[in-house]
Amino acid sequence: MAPETTGDTAESITRCELVDHAIDLGELYSWAIRPECGAVVVFSGITRDHSGDRADVSVLEYEAYTELVIERFEQIVEQARASWPEIVRVGIVHRLGEVAVGESSVVVVVSSPHRGDAFDAGRNCIDVLKDTAPIWKREVWAEGESWGLDARSIEEVDTAPLRPAETAR
Amino acid sequence: MQLAQRRSTLDAMVTLRLFAGIREAAGTGRASFEAATVDEVIAQATAQFGDVFAEMVPICRVWLNGEPVDVTTAVKAGDEVALLPPVSGGG
Repeated sequence: MAPETTGDTAESITRCELVDHAIDLGELYSWAIRPECGAVVVFSGITRDHSGDRADVSVLEYEAYTELVIERFEQIVEQARASWPEIVRVGIVHRLGEVAVGESSVVVVVSSPHRGDAFDAGRNCIDVLKDTAPIWKREVWAEGESWGLDARSIEEVDTAPLRPAETAR
Repeated sequence: MQLAQRRSTLDAMVTLRLFAGIREAAGTGRASFEAATVDEVIAQATAQFGDVFAEMVPICRVWLNGEPVDVTTAVKAGDEVALLPPVSGGG
């Protein structure tokens, strides 16, 4: 699978990517650093070894509507920039295919002059992504395999509620 | 013009995209149908793919070319309808 991506990684202030290999957190962190920014927040969503009553989850596999995911990620970043105008660099990278337990399936990175905006914008990006991105998780556990238990009907980015930290799930 | 001929010129080949559980129920992630509305695409797919597919349709959101639509929406040649089961991305 060819990775889906937008933006020039050196010059762009936004990176939205789908990748089929391990996500390099250090590289994303370094990319987000800017002289005017006093904070970089990196959120890494990692695959977990249990899900509901599914014990010993060993592998997760992600599938996406690849042609439309990047556009959604860009809308999520745009919404975050409108709500937290101070934020500078924003990256959203999601893995597809098999991801072993303990590896990052998604990373959100936000840099900002001050930490409050970076935390809040990053939190919002991952929460809205979970509600609006056409991505599906398949879990393989000790006694079976099936689609993610925490699935929810897909929403539109412009109508997904903003979630400041105190109200986020 | 005969009715059958007129229908064939009005109806267009539309791509249906399927993901996750409903893709598995259909046994394919992509199919093409001649149809005039989103509803007709889904009806033809249901006829082709069977009961498990039919049971999953109501839990899916319907997109046309990347936008959510009502199933009564008209479709044209080259359009892409997608059935999206509940999503679970993001870790």
